[in-house]
Amino acid sequence: MNHLWLTAWADIVESLRARWFVVYSAVFGGIVVLLFAFGLSESRVMGFTGLSRLLITYIELSMAILPIFVLITTVRSVAGDREAGVFEYMLSLPISLSAWYWGRMLGRFLVVFLPVFIAMLGALLWGMLKGGETPWALFFYYTALLLSLCWCFLGIGMLISTLARSSDIAQGAAFIVWLTLLLFLDLILLGVMIREGLSPDTAVAVALVNPLQVFRTATMMLFDPQLVLLGPTAYVILDHFGRAGYIAFAILYPILLGTLCALIGYQAFRRGDLP
Amino acid sequence: MIRFDHVIKRFRRNQVLKGIDLEIQRGQRVALVGSNGAGKTTLIRCLLGEYHCEGEVRIDGLDPRAHRREVLSRIGFVPQLPPPLRMPVGQLIGFAASLCGSDPARIILVAGQLGFDATGFHHQPFVKLSGGQKQKLLIAIALGRDAELLVMDEPAANLDPEARHILFKLLAEKQDDAAMLISSHRLDEVAALVNRVVEMDQGRIVLDDEVADTVDLSSRLACRVRMTRAEDAFARALGAWGFAAEADDPLSWRGHVPGPDRLRFLGMLSRYAALLAGLEMREETDDGDNKDAA
Repeated sequence: MNHLWLTAWADIVESLRARWFVVYSAVFGGIVVLLFAFGLSESRVMGFTGLSRLLITYIELSMAILPIFVLITTVRSVAGDREAGVFEYMLSLPISLSAWYWGRMLGRFLVVFLPVFIAMLGALLWGMLKGGETPWALFFYYTALLLSLCWCFLGIGMLISTLARSSDIAQGAAFIVWLTLLLFLDLILLGVMIREGLSPDTAVAVALVNPLQVFRTATMMLFDPQLVLLGPTAYVILDHFGRAGYIAFAILYPILLGTLCALIGYQAFRRGDLP
Repeated sequence: MIRFDHVIKRFRRNQVLKGIDLEIQRGQRVALVGSNGAGKTTLIRCLLGEYHCEGEVRIDGLDPRAHRREVLSRIGFVPQLPPPLRMPVGQLIGFAASLCGSDPARIILVAGQLGFDATGFHHQPFVKLSGGQKQKLLIAIALGRDAELLVMDEPAANLDPEARHILFKLLAEKQDDAAMLISSHRLDEVAALVNRVVEMDQGRIVLDDEVADTVDLSSRLACRVRMTRAEDAFARALGAWGFAAEADDPLSWRGHVPGPDRLRFLGMLSRYAALLAGLEMREETDDGDNKDAA
């Protein structure tokens, strides 16, 4: 256990000094600053005002950019480290492969989750200072969703990094995975498929399997309780799960998917050549 | 201590190791030489359990892959290229010491002996150190623990003559208790360090020979070189070995050469043979007195 935390801490320190982390933090911090600067906290859309409105916009933007950010930075740094000889040296030290792999994943999770969370927390605190009403329920719900999304795409990133033998291939694969999930969002390919006569069960299954769609549905659920904006699949899903059931699914499913991908990645890592 | 039994390593269709059989006993210092692509690095990675391979690799009867921690806790490894780690020097030392069950102070002490003040660079990212400083720190991590096997890929390549001398002395202290596997492209780089040479070519061992083991690893030669005329390139080459011109005779240069480095030094001098007017080399004892003329 000690070695796991040592590795996690080493990965955190490595990441904090990396350029990608500066850009990553600046993007999410910048989004919050811009949302305030453009007066979003004073606007009203679909009944949401103040900080609630700001948080909803923030989470929508996060959904658009967080997955690709997490995927690309994970595969670049992990596969890049392997190419640069970091694995060769670090894995010549007497550390178990499980401590190394899961320690890196744990460290990386904290590094990708905390900037997004801190930016959201900062927005909340600033809003409180300004005397706005604090939407705690929304804050905790979105925190859980962000945590789930980060873990999910980190797991997918670790799997890709393990399977791809070079950082170029890993980056290409990460981009294709993200693009595929994007295409199967309700409003794009899934909509076309439904129009072309896809069976409702298949459409619903595709929407349930795609973590981006799950996250999107979950974020919109609060201000569009009937999910009218999302079209037929979301409606069917809501009918099956119910509101509370879907919220639980939206948080747990991406965590399970990320864990499953990371486990497959670990098995491949353990059985393959390390550097 | 180490046994490779018909080890084959393939990368897809490319067979990089073609049935390696090799045994290395404790106390043996083996030079693993060969050109690029000969299979040296792949063999070392199989030994460290980093690659899966056909055949058997055993260290004291243990499979390095199946018994990673037991096996690797006995191995000190110095890679040819330092990894681009961003973590600070202090953290790297703490990390390695904690994994190896060693004392960070011991690593810092060895680094100090090699001429690298690890305490002064405690907060400096490893990647920002110079090539020589990185090499010294990695050597200190490998030697600052109770390793029974030292695996080093061109360990002295980036070191100045003084640090090379200290490295040779440190290796001399370990030579009876540990086995050493020292990889290099060129035999003259490591010849005086070893008592056995294994040459690889195209994934096979093409030469496995014992060599005379008469050079004291900790010895040092006091040298005086006299030039026929002043020549900048020759002066720079001597300066790189830590030599300085005599005050009253700028054509005469004095300095020290680590005993095991004498072949390298003579190799350097041979490039300027036409400029050599005289050469004296005397082995020094530990207290600085000159012994027999060499």
